[in-house]
Amino acid sequence: MELVCPAGTPASLRAAVEAGADVVYCGFRDETNARNFPGLNFSREELAAETEFAHSRGTHVYLACNTYPTAGNESLWHKAVDDAVAIGVDAVILADIGLLRYARDRHPDARLHLSVQASASNVEAIRFYHREFGVRRVVLPRVLSLDEIASLNRQIGVETEVFAFGGMCVMAEGRCSLSSYATGESPNMNGVCSPAHHVHYEERGDATISRLGDFTINVYGASETVGYPTLCKGRFRAMGKAGYLFEEPTSLDVTSMLPELAAAGVTALKIEGRQRGKAYIAQVVGSFRRALDQIAAGQATSESKLSHMTEGQSNTTGAYRRTWQ
Amino acid sequence: MSIEISPLKPAMPAPARLVMGPVLFHWQPDYLRDFYARIADEADIDVVHVGEVVCAKRMPFFDREWPGVIERLQRAGKQVVYSSLALVMGDREVGMIRDLVELPDILIEANDLSTIGVLGGRPHMVGPYVNIYNEGTLRYMIERGATRIALPWELPEPSIASLCAAGRDAEMEMQVFGRVPLAISARCYSARANGLHKDGCRYVCGNMPDGMDVDTLDGAPFLAVNGLQTLSGSYLELSAEMADLREMGVSLFRLSPHRCDMVAIVTLYRRLLTGGISPDEARAEILAVAGDINLANGFLHAIPGADLYRIPGQFQSE
Repeated sequence: MELVCPAGTPASLRAAVEAGADVVYCGFRDETNARNFPGLNFSREELAAETEFAHSRGTHVYLACNTYPTAGNESLWHKAVDDAVAIGVDAVILADIGLLRYARDRHPDARLHLSVQASASNVEAIRFYHREFGVRRVVLPRVLSLDEIASLNRQIGVETEVFAFGGMCVMAEGRCSLSSYATGESPNMNGVCSPAHHVHYEERGDATISRLGDFTINVYGASETVGYPTLCKGRFRAMGKAGYLFEEPTSLDVTSMLPELAAAGVTALKIEGRQRGKAYIAQVVGSFRRALDQIAAGQATSESKLSHMTEGQSNTTGAYRRTWQ
Repeated sequence: MSIEISPLKPAMPAPARLVMGPVLFHWQPDYLRDFYARIADEADIDVVHVGEVVCAKRMPFFDREWPGVIERLQRAGKQVVYSSLALVMGDREVGMIRDLVELPDILIEANDLSTIGVLGGRPHMVGPYVNIYNEGTLRYMIERGATRIALPWELPEPSIASLCAAGRDAEMEMQVFGRVPLAISARCYSARANGLHKDGCRYVCGNMPDGMDVDTLDGAPFLAVNGLQTLSGSYLELSAEMADLREMGVSLFRLSPHRCDMVAIVTLYRRLLTGGISPDEARAEILAVAGDINLANGFLHAIPGADLYRIPGQFQSE
């Protein structure tokens, strides 16, 4: 299985390459990609230089252009695709149908991947994107079980990529407006979820309150570690009980499932986290590199040692195990 | 890149029609049957959606009732639209989507790309769960056979205006009343809140016919859970914006069903369209019918969707 790793900056790209990434993925520094955070992402010049570096080391580069173009302003996204192809990236990752059609028509030889933001969660949707736009790979949304992924791979003629480690989206990606409901900014429109400039912390006696926009997302006691108020990882009250209704603060880690994912026909594993620093990237990528090399050599994989890298120091295999649902 | 010049706006906007969206909640079969009977017989509504959009597990409860419901609605002169599942997972659900092609003489609302795929070029409607954020995608959908498009809830007004201008070959629709679907998941949150898993959910979502209220720890109303779906805590209410939307080219206005008196809600929106009532009066009466709810219209005004933007000079009664 191919190891696809995040690169939010040239430094983390190099860290991922050094740690054994088969592929790095990155985005331009604007709202054309779904990690549109200050201080992150690549200028055209940086992407060109780093692509040359990665290629010289045998590592591929994918460009994520996976937000939904704004009505009246599609040319910004068209230019991102044109520039990525001109720079010579190995694939462009897209979600929007109009943009997929543009890319197919304008660059018929470019390798197109379907972003997780397109939320293609079944055989007919994947066939549609393959037939209409020639996508060669689909990044699967984090809603499918291992059995469903295996069944999909038996029925489709395109590669699948699954999330292996990092932030855990509990909603079907590309179909979530929770963030814009609370803040006015969303992954689809702005490339951000629960954006930092809408986050506030308040002290109330011994408690710390985390707020997103006008809403309290969590209340922490003096002994609790205060986390970032990602909306769906908050504590809320329903039916008279308070708790993590949608999901506890946790990260995805499929290290224990790698042989099963390989047997299910998965082509590539994606590490999430373009907003992470190079030390994090180096550790996570290195750990997965070792695990994949062990599998390739017919050895058992060692247990994941990444729990200190995860949110809330806990991890999950998410929807891949049906018991999660 | 070629520049396209939009034709001038037509002098008269298309006649406005009212739409009853699909019932999103797990209402008991008797109640659902009575609801549609009353809509058929008493509601001054043009289009009525049937079908299960949220959870395939609920389908067996009402599947054999649909033909009778559809016939009754059609006899009452309503156009019936069959809405497909929003999140399709697994082979069994894909089979359900393939079966839709067998339904003759009914407009199908595709809420997932799988449905658009299996319909081939057959004329269909694209539902609000499909991401249409720009002209390129809109034009693609129309070329592929979409005759009506319900725009996503999240869109701000300038996007709606651009899409309407680019989508003159199709009918454009917007929801104007009811909770807004914000997210959908593989995980069932109604089950989880009751200490259950999706596979053994005991259909607990049926106990919460307008969704399970989700408040912040400070006690502020925030969201509502409906099985796999997360809805807005407040009701979208666009009576004050409907004239502008109509001017832009939106000709269908969707009311999302709740347990309040939906016939009365339809009557209010009809009076609004015919000029028999002001948005101000409509809103006060909507609150009287729907009860103790919060209203929101933020998405359209490019502010948080949960907010209520007060158009200057309106809503003085609040």
